[in-house]
Amino acid sequence: MNWELIFGQITWDSFVFAGMIENPSLSEAIASGAGSIAVLGALATVILLTVKGWWVPLWRDWLTSVDHKKVGIMYIAIALVMFARAVIEAALMRAQQLAATEGAGFLSADHFGQLFSTHGTIMIFFVAMPFITGLMNYVMPLQIGARDVSFPLLNAISLMLTMAGAVLIMVSLVVGQFSTGGWSAYPPFTGIEFSPGEGVDYWIWAVSLGSIGSTLTGLNFAVTIYKKRCPGMTLFRMPLFTWTTLCTSILMIFAMAPLTAATVMLALDRYAGFHFFTNGDGGNMMNYANLFWLFGHPEVYILILPAFGVWSEVVATFSSKRIYGYTSLVYATMCIAVLSFAVWLHHFFTMGQSANVNAIFGIATMIIGVPTGVKVYDWLLTMVGGRIRFSTPMLFHINFLLTFILGGMTGVLLANPGVDFQVHNTLFLVAHFHNMIIPGVLFGMFAAVQFWFPKVFGFRLHEGLGRASFWCFAPGFLLAFFPLYWLGMMGATRRTYMWSNPDYVPWLALAMLGAALILAGFALMVMQIVVSVRQRAQLAAPLGDPWDGRALEWSIPSPPPAWNFAVLPEVSSQDPFYEAKKAGTAYRSPAAYEDIEVPRNTATAPLIGLFACAWAFALVWHIWWLAIASFVLIWVVVIVRSFETDTEETVPAATVKAANEAFLAAVRATPGVTRDREMTSDNRGRAIPESLEAGAGALASGAAVEVSR
Amino acid sequence: MTLRGIVGLLAAAISGIALPGTAYAGSFLEPAGPIASAQISHFGVISALMLIVIVPMFVVLPIVLWRYRRGGKGTYRPDWEFNWGLEILIWGVPVALVVALGTALWRQTIEGDPYRALGPDPLVVEVVALDWKFLFLYPEQGVATLDLLALPEGRPITLKLTSGTVMQSFIIPQLAGQIYAMAGMQTQLNLIADRTGDFTGRNTQYNGLGFATQSFTTRVMSPDAFEGWVAATKARGTALDAAGYTNLLPPAVVNEPVLYSQFTPGLFNQVMARFARGMFQHDGHAAIPASPAPAQGHDHKPEAAQ
Repeated sequence: MNWELIFGQITWDSFVFAGMIENPSLSEAIASGAGSIAVLGALATVILLTVKGWWVPLWRDWLTSVDHKKVGIMYIAIALVMFARAVIEAALMRAQQLAATEGAGFLSADHFGQLFSTHGTIMIFFVAMPFITGLMNYVMPLQIGARDVSFPLLNAISLMLTMAGAVLIMVSLVVGQFSTGGWSAYPPFTGIEFSPGEGVDYWIWAVSLGSIGSTLTGLNFAVTIYKKRCPGMTLFRMPLFTWTTLCTSILMIFAMAPLTAATVMLALDRYAGFHFFTNGDGGNMMNYANLFWLFGHPEVYILILPAFGVWSEVVATFSSKRIYGYTSLVYATMCIAVLSFAVWLHHFFTMGQSANVNAIFGIATMIIGVPTGVKVYDWLLTMVGGRIRFSTPMLFHINFLLTFILGGMTGVLLANPGVDFQVHNTLFLVAHFHNMIIPGVLFGMFAAVQFWFPKVFGFRLHEGLGRASFWCFAPGFLLAFFPLYWLGMMGATRRTYMWSNPDYVPWLALAMLGAALILAGFALMVMQIVVSVRQRAQLAAPLGDPWDGRALEWSIPSPPPAWNFAVLPEVSSQDPFYEAKKAGTAYRSPAAYEDIEVPRNTATAPLIGLFACAWAFALVWHIWWLAIASFVLIWVVVIVRSFETDTEETVPAATVKAANEAFLAAVRATPGVTRDREMTSDNRGRAIPESLEAGAGALASGAAVEVSR
Repeated sequence: MTLRGIVGLLAAAISGIALPGTAYAGSFLEPAGPIASAQISHFGVISALMLIVIVPMFVVLPIVLWRYRRGGKGTYRPDWEFNWGLEILIWGVPVALVVALGTALWRQTIEGDPYRALGPDPLVVEVVALDWKFLFLYPEQGVATLDLLALPEGRPITLKLTSGTVMQSFIIPQLAGQIYAMAGMQTQLNLIADRTGDFTGRNTQYNGLGFATQSFTTRVMSPDAFEGWVAATKARGTALDAAGYTNLLPPAVVNEPVLYSQFTPGLFNQVMARFARGMFQHDGHAAIPASPAPAQGHDHKPEAAQ
């Protein structure tokens, strides 16, 4: 019996537990522990689903759904699960570096190498990307007054490909090793000559699946914004979050392609003896560096732009005021999107090109600072003349303004080739990009969760625990990363599992403390969600507008019906819902209802995801029969689906009318709340607009915003 | 440039005051040559200039938050959304700042170009990055070392770098910044040391299990002492030939520096020629095998390229 034909290169030794049994050590124990958690977690999920009888609802209501709202929620669920893993990895690495200042610490060099590689890969491709994609999925169609994205099935396929990539990375905890080449996987180190084995292949296929998913997402969202805006929603009336979604989508379309090209070329080098990036035979790794960063730099803006959109929504809403400099913000966003393609070389000033080339890319990098600086000051000016409420998302925003601007300063420093020569590849760089991504992107996403959670689930999150988690996250970040600037200036290199330099110890200790605080913040956030679910009756805000919102998504029930809008809205200004509330035209019954076509659920996407995952796993382990079979099956699913003509179902007008009139009746029967009672159980989601609050009296009954039909 | 001088001094003072008594761990915070010195002072100039946009945020934001908090004294103007004066300010100041920063960047980048020779008659040292050590070849002196870079004080140095393995990033923080060393290619780094002493250099690009400890000592000596060191090395060390080089290829950490009394002339070009067939054929590249054994702790055997 030729086992290799069946199992490819998987052997007993490939399993993480084999290392523990044959060669016990703390490092191996941690690896086995992580593998066990992955296995037990999966097992627990299976048992829970079985005991609760949730398999059918999971399949029927979620996995086969093509509703952009459910797709969005699933994206964010992936992001949170993967975040839990990657943040623990980060804390482990911090602990190792602190422990290893005398002696070798508790992790082996190889284990540490895998940790920084999975941490980076997961945080970028399977936390940040699904988080922003999920959020854009959920919010953008609601903001433009659409019933779904342009290509709902494609959207679900993007999700399932991303999920397949995430599953592959989780599998690497148990079967085999992961790459030690970092998230950027520079060859020739990641070539077959220097990194034999399955590790780099895991990276290649996980990232490839994710990047194909993101390319499709970009196409889908850009088309949606171009084609599906409701009547009157001109480009310059779109909410800023939608604008940033548009820019990010355009970046995704153009920036993911070089990454996919690079990973495929690296795969050809490794599998088929090509020489794109090898040391000899005409290969040249400089081509990889260029391709990777041609993706990698726009990627930074793919992540940060949606967060900028979130900040724009948050600051206007919680200042109860129009955004300052809307047009300016739009142009600044576009400038950033375009310029982001012109700076990739600053990731390798040290590669030996001429000083002129370095200088040009350095200056181009600084120029991006101009629109970014404008945005920061636009947000500050938005607060001027407002009535600021210090709710959790706003606390994150204030923290963002102060810390992001410092990250911008170190970014400008790094844009100087002369400075970069010294701090490239050091913890200074690590501190810089965490300084941009954590307060900018990650906290932006946390703020978005706090902000839109009541829209998604119909109840608010517990405010006290939200603030508590903020007060762990914000100082935790400062402690964890500002010492790294100094360490980097002292020459501490990144990706280093031990130093013997006593000068580093106090700073590493501070960073460890910060990491602990960040973990505490995450624990509090999880607790916040659990507590909020339990107290959902008191926190309920089904009427849809708990924060005195401004864009269309707040005009519909929470959670929104499958069809989003009973009748497609018509808008005539920016902040259409806020203006309608002010004018007393919100919550009007439409003149007539029509039948609504919504896409039917389909097994197409989850099947494609399943086979794509099997295909990638087979490629990693050279299980050729499975690779061929699953590749064929992917296309069988696609072809079968292409013969399906009955892909939509009709929601009768009567159903829509009944639901919508019930919602409107509930709104009218409920007194609105002022912002003073925003965080009390009085807040059922009907807001009295702040600007009408002055002559409160009659308003408390909600009469002033009552509709006169 | 008096302004620049003042700003630089200011920044240096800030960084000095901020953390009194702190050791700088042999970094560019305590430079030992003009290149690293220019780099840290440029760091200071840029930081100081950036304060122009940083400080207003830290000053104005708390005031705004206090004044316009709900219940604060600020006038509520929910529809205020634009002001041309402010608009010109928030676009104009960053643009002017980037012009200033860009000018400083351009000058410093051209002046600090690692390829720019720092004077006549430089001492050329050829550097071969290996897993997890550096080989230094002195063509003028005919000696070679492993993990010890001996340099004379005050004389311009030209390092020519290549790699016998994966890409690495070479740095001696107190003397000059990083430059990559890549197989089949040559990069350059020019520097001058203006005081004697031992300065740590290292690779900053992850290259496997031994990466964390891949560092070497740069020993800067007076010119006379350097001559003496060369003579002693010639008298004492062993020779490095093609076979000896081959023995260096397997990945390993070197604990003690190794000195070679002589080496095969043209070794540096042969190392490059191994990876760039056709470009250096006159050097007879067949003498050196293709690449080091890759055993880096993986269970799996290297696959043959199919």
